[in-house]
Amino acid sequence: MKSTIDRREFLTRAGLTLAIAATPSSLKVFALGEADTAVEVFSPGPWLQITPDNQVTILLCKSEMGQGVHTAIPMIVADELEADWNQVKTEMAPVTEEYQDPVMKSHSTYGSTTIRHLYEPLRKLGATGREILIEAAAKKWNVAAGECEAIQGKIHHKSSSRTFSYGELVEEASSLPIPENPRLKNKSEFKLMGTPVPRRDIPAKVSGQAKFGIDTFVEGMLYGVLARPPAYGAKVSTYDEQAAKKVEGVRQVVKIGRGIGILADTLDAAWKGREALNAKWDGETQPRMSTASVDKLLAESLDKEGASARSDADVQGALTAGDKRVGAEYFLPYLSHTVMEPMDCTAHVQADRCDVWAPTQTQSGVQEVATRITGLKPEQIQVHTTYLGCGFGRRGGTFVVQEAVELSKAAGKPVKVIWTREEDMKYGAYRPGYGHRIEASLDKAGQVTAWSHKVAASSVMAGLRGLGRGGPPTDPFAVGALSRRFQYEIPAMSVEYVRVDTPIPVRTWRSPSGSHSGFAVESFMDELAHAAGQDPVKFRLKHLEHSPRAHRVVELAAEKAGWGKPLAGGRARGIANFLSDDTYVAEVAEVSVNRQTGAIQVHRVVCAVDCGPVVNPDTVDAQMAGALTMGLSAALKEKLQFANGGVESNNFLDYPILRMSEAPDVEVYLVESDDQIGGAGEPSLAPIAPAVANAVFAATGVRIRTLPMTPARVLEALAG
Amino acid sequence: MAESITLKINGQSHTVQAEGDVPLLWVIREYLQLTGTKFGCGIAQCGACTVHVDGQPMRSCQLQVSRAVGREITTIEGIREDHPVKQAWIDIQVPQCGYCQSGQIMSAVALVEKNSNPSEQEIIQAMEGNLCRCGTYTRIKQAIYQAAEKVRNS
Repeated sequence: MKSTIDRREFLTRAGLTLAIAATPSSLKVFALGEADTAVEVFSPGPWLQITPDNQVTILLCKSEMGQGVHTAIPMIVADELEADWNQVKTEMAPVTEEYQDPVMKSHSTYGSTTIRHLYEPLRKLGATGREILIEAAAKKWNVAAGECEAIQGKIHHKSSSRTFSYGELVEEASSLPIPENPRLKNKSEFKLMGTPVPRRDIPAKVSGQAKFGIDTFVEGMLYGVLARPPAYGAKVSTYDEQAAKKVEGVRQVVKIGRGIGILADTLDAAWKGREALNAKWDGETQPRMSTASVDKLLAESLDKEGASARSDADVQGALTAGDKRVGAEYFLPYLSHTVMEPMDCTAHVQADRCDVWAPTQTQSGVQEVATRITGLKPEQIQVHTTYLGCGFGRRGGTFVVQEAVELSKAAGKPVKVIWTREEDMKYGAYRPGYGHRIEASLDKAGQVTAWSHKVAASSVMAGLRGLGRGGPPTDPFAVGALSRRFQYEIPAMSVEYVRVDTPIPVRTWRSPSGSHSGFAVESFMDELAHAAGQDPVKFRLKHLEHSPRAHRVVELAAEKAGWGKPLAGGRARGIANFLSDDTYVAEVAEVSVNRQTGAIQVHRVVCAVDCGPVVNPDTVDAQMAGALTMGLSAALKEKLQFANGGVESNNFLDYPILRMSEAPDVEVYLVESDDQIGGAGEPSLAPIAPAVANAVFAATGVRIRTLPMTPARVLEALAG
Repeated sequence: MAESITLKINGQSHTVQAEGDVPLLWVIREYLQLTGTKFGCGIAQCGACTVHVDGQPMRSCQLQVSRAVGREITTIEGIREDHPVKQAWIDIQVPQCGYCQSGQIMSAVALVEKNSNPSEQEIIQAMEGNLCRCGTYTRIKQAIYQAAEKVRNS
């Protein structure tokens, strides 16, 4: 795959950039603490600082939202640096170019990219530090560097048993040139990487001391809430400012871009003020937009001609010439992220600075928004990143940041904005609904000879970039997994994209490509296997001849799940396999279907993963179990409802998500692999919906092609 | 009108000026800044705000503060750090984002203190009201088994 090679080259360049940036001239003396107490800092690259107090500090451009990167990043550096784990701490980096992710060129956390982008640069960074510290010790002892060794935060002189701590070498190390090609450790030398190191954020999350965005308090702050339009495009017609101001504790009413802001001493006063405001709205863009109209638009869009994302020679000819032709349509609904911590942000705009406390996936985005609203310079914006109560792509958006900064600017005081769950449900940007239409042909041996695929959906790329109805003709989030990254070996394939335009904002939702393509492709592969009269595992393997990694995870999942062995209690198995974020995942779901109620129970999921080198296996295990559980929630339960031109869903009562009784036992198996490194936060999400749908087919003979697989839909399908 | 309200939380007395109909959740979190108790839904559907009131797990978003006066309120900060449930949560590495976990822990503590040998069905029954969007349910079950065993053997 060409794209893979490109990315590798890019990473190598990123590594070199780091090394270049780490010339002696960039070694700075930082002022820490009091302005007049300058402390010598040894910094072989911008993200790593060692101080004479023997403290190793790693500066992070990545947010912690449960994916464990505030542990994994220091693990990589500490291992190569040969530091003592306890002497290593982390801090969020200032939002400047120097500290940004070298591949995405920003301070952002998305796309299961943290380890993929930073693994090699961080290893080089740690190894560079280790080699200079050895050099520094050798110089001080006047011995050859080869006689010295770094072990757990100390440089040892092998023959004399003399040692220096890293802190003792800071001054000497700072004067030495940076080696261009430090030796990276062999895998056998790793002490931290590949071991289940306990996550550093967990004790605070268990004690209740961890600070999320909502836990921010700033001296003198007001609470801000907004009265918001109930439908897309609606503008305020009337509101009673005086009534709102009469509510005890309400300080100010101010109209801002996204609604009417009410500022108050307490949150409850702000809410009462909002009620008293009694804002009326009109002029909605599509007053009759509803769930039914949105569904209908999607289905109709599949009849339109789309923009081509892949077009091999004569697909139509090959389809016609096949022995057997199979076709199917699949539909997936709009989804809310429903992060557990509803949107919040605290901002304090002052004449010469603006502080923003945010549980954000994009510090760069926060800085940009605050710069735009305040007119201050980027370096005057201080972004304080808290822990994030879930992310899933939702917190890459900055609506709430915009509100907090605008309200603080208007109030001249710090303002904390907290959305209710209802606001979070109704004013998000969503995973769009998707329609897939696929046709394929099989030859006599049951091999797929042609595959024609059309996808209809709103453009996530246009949503992310705020392009309105503009933007590129195809959308990588809609068709990327079907074109460039399609796993199966099909001789003739065409992929089309029909763009659907609605007023509903869309953006990335965990596994933005896989969450829908996985369901369509892997359900259809199952249908093809049955049409060919073949076992779904063997059928997949036959179309993955040149992909040993995919082969291995499919075989491993099948083996661990006991594929082909009889199951008791009306249970049946389904398999699905998907490649996303450079990680190969196959899952086997074991389900039963209650024919009276239509309820699907997923008892067990076996998940086999090849993500290349693993930094923290326990975190990878947790992420795989977590993403597939979220995917199962969507597969069984979630569908955002619309009415009267806006979002109708309110809260967990009418947008239910998976509860414990519905969660399966999950077993994760990691393939030992030195192949290209992949992401861990998302790739297990894509295979779960099709694995369950395929298992439902195996259990009942009924094929469900529309999500979610609610009891009502299952009953309807069973009734034929 | 705001009134002077005295609450007993984690064995300590706290007095706040608040209207009596404000949910206990917001008084604990925003007035007293005991922020371990989290807001998730406001309608008792997610369990993030679970606290103990007179030893019983309750959704603090549903209890008006005036009705909490004179009762023993325990929040996540009031559960000792070496409690078998907190220890198991760390051993099993349960939390991911962690936002729902205070509520999960409060429900789990209430369960194992009442029943130190819960069946899977009893665990599900006790925990069904606590949502986790990160998908930590498998580990929560494991941690409860471990904590319950420790409680049994102590």
